[in-house]
Amino acid sequence: MTTAIQVDHISKGFTTGKEKVSAVKDVTFTVGKGELFGLVGPDGAGKTTLFRILTTLLLADSGSASVDGFDVVKDVQSIRKRVGYMPGKFSLYPDLTVAENLAFFATLFNTSLKENYDLVRAIYHQIEPFEKRKAGALSGGMKQKLALSCALIHRPSVLFLDEPTTGVDAVSRKEFWELLRGLQAAGISILVSTPYMDEASLCDRVALMQEGKIMDINSPQGITANFTKPLYAIRSRNMYELMRALQQHEAVESCYPFGQQHHVVFKDDRLRPDDIRTLVTPLAGDGLEVERIQPTIEDSFMDLMHQ
Amino acid sequence: MKQFLFFVQKEFYHVWRDKRTMLILFGMPIMQILIFGFALTNEVKNARIAVLDLAKDNASRGIIEQLSASRYFDIGQYLTAAEEIEKAFQSGTVKMAVVFPSGFENHLLHGNQATVQLIADATDPNVATTLANYATGIIMDYQSGRRGAQPAPLSIKTEIRMLYNPQLKGSYSFVPGVMAMVLMLVCAMMTSISIVREKEMGTMEVILVSPIIPIRVVIAKMVPYFLLSAVNIGSILLLSVFVLDVPIQGNLGLLVSECLLFTVTVLSLGLLISSVADSQQVAMLVSLMGLFLPTVMLSGFMFPVENMPTALQVLSNLVPAKWFYYIIRNVMIKGLTFDYVWRETLVLAGMTLFFMVVSVRKFKTRLE
Repeated sequence: MTTAIQVDHISKGFTTGKEKVSAVKDVTFTVGKGELFGLVGPDGAGKTTLFRILTTLLLADSGSASVDGFDVVKDVQSIRKRVGYMPGKFSLYPDLTVAENLAFFATLFNTSLKENYDLVRAIYHQIEPFEKRKAGALSGGMKQKLALSCALIHRPSVLFLDEPTTGVDAVSRKEFWELLRGLQAAGISILVSTPYMDEASLCDRVALMQEGKIMDINSPQGITANFTKPLYAIRSRNMYELMRALQQHEAVESCYPFGQQHHVVFKDDRLRPDDIRTLVTPLAGDGLEVERIQPTIEDSFMDLMHQ
Repeated sequence: MKQFLFFVQKEFYHVWRDKRTMLILFGMPIMQILIFGFALTNEVKNARIAVLDLAKDNASRGIIEQLSASRYFDIGQYLTAAEEIEKAFQSGTVKMAVVFPSGFENHLLHGNQATVQLIADATDPNVATTLANYATGIIMDYQSGRRGAQPAPLSIKTEIRMLYNPQLKGSYSFVPGVMAMVLMLVCAMMTSISIVREKEMGTMEVILVSPIIPIRVVIAKMVPYFLLSAVNIGSILLLSVFVLDVPIQGNLGLLVSECLLFTVTVLSLGLLISSVADSQQVAMLVSLMGLFLPTVMLSGFMFPVENMPTALQVLSNLVPAKWFYYIIRNVMIKGLTFDYVWRETLVLAGMTLFFMVVSVRKFKTRLE
């Protein structure tokens, strides 16, 4: 068997008050064994709902899904035995120490830290000095490492990580992704969600999600390769005025702020950098810089969103 | 089993490390017993009264002496004219005024009938009635003392004996009541809150996605609260025997077992609440409004159930505390044996079983 997760036309809605909101709309994808698969999308895209369906916490309205070959509706116990789940919220006991939290989750899965120490060693090694500290007093990055250790304690075959790096500093995020690579090497299939586009490039494959729908599934390279239109980074002294002028200009297809620059796509993709410079100069004022750049995943996401 | 014990240990950590929980668990029972024992009593002691003695003869002086000698009254003011009575009440310094008309003893000796006027401040009707009764009793005593050797030709004497509580102490009735209240709060509220807290923190999500049957984790939560309640039962009984002088008439073993049974009843109620409530506030509100109020109002501890309208009387049967209160009053104060309370015990046990089954069945193994 080569698939770890199989999602087949899953839909799920909630009723809030009188309104019915559909959180996941007809989602289909497959995660291979040993794959690091990313679910990328902004808050409210339906990532958490999808995670909860796959971890048997919610029932889908329609469609079917399986994890490690087990159906998420019929084989609940089998799935609960073999998956590791790290919810988006910090889900450990803040009033228990690091060691106590780990021992609790080990007991929950009928195992002990000793038994699977080799698997969590790389991660736990970093928090071990704080073993006696209350989990509530850990830094954000440390908390996430502890939560990851807890999710791994029973050697799961599939790992579900719901926004593990949200609210974590850049250095800790980088370390966290390195740890995930290590787990992948140990043969664990990983489904990870993130709102950060830059993290998408660290996955084997990603699914871009928006408003409950998957817009594209591909390798990070594949996704950016699909972005064929020329992309320009433009900056000048007065960035705000520049953006408003560009967004209203008839030759511009899309323009959005991206860090220190504006990323701009023009309707006519035969335009040359010099043409663009002449086109933009009257709008920009002083200090104009125009540069043709390679698209990132975020550019692809913005592009897909506008389609 | 090792697993279960570890879960219990974890719950103990939660309780132990939260100062506020500890304060509620152990401070509240002691506070309640002491407050009810010393402050909230409807016995009247040393009430200040005013005396307007227009007679100034032997009889009036004798009665005044006895009034002031009793522990119920302090004579705070001697008035000289009827107009001052109103003023004394308005100033709020006295609760009752005793008025002897002029020629009091004369009337008593020659007319065979004399009148004493008792004027009481009835803004608090219970206190007013109690004071008037006490004063009447003292005056009657004086009368029968004077009659002495020459008894009246015809008289009926009522002889009153207050069974089980000869001194008519309020503590006899509220110790069982406070016990019911404390157990209700400690067990039902604290367990439901601690279960719902797991839902709120998101830890329940992780527990659900594990091979363990989640209800076991929840049942493990009940153990520490059960043990802590046992400690509370002990401290309440010790306080009531040694501080409030309420003796335990019945079998101590029976009394304690009944208390523990009730503890399990409210623990399962707490479990039931937690399966309905989604946030700690809801759990607290439901416990307070749904359990605490009926316990106070309908258990018979504050207001006798027999005096309630029929609808409320029927409703009171659904309140576990009513049965518990009945059992404890009979075992602890009257000293009755199990033969007299087995029916009520059975009702409690049945309720417990019902709550348990419903809450285990209602327990959600998913998030919705």
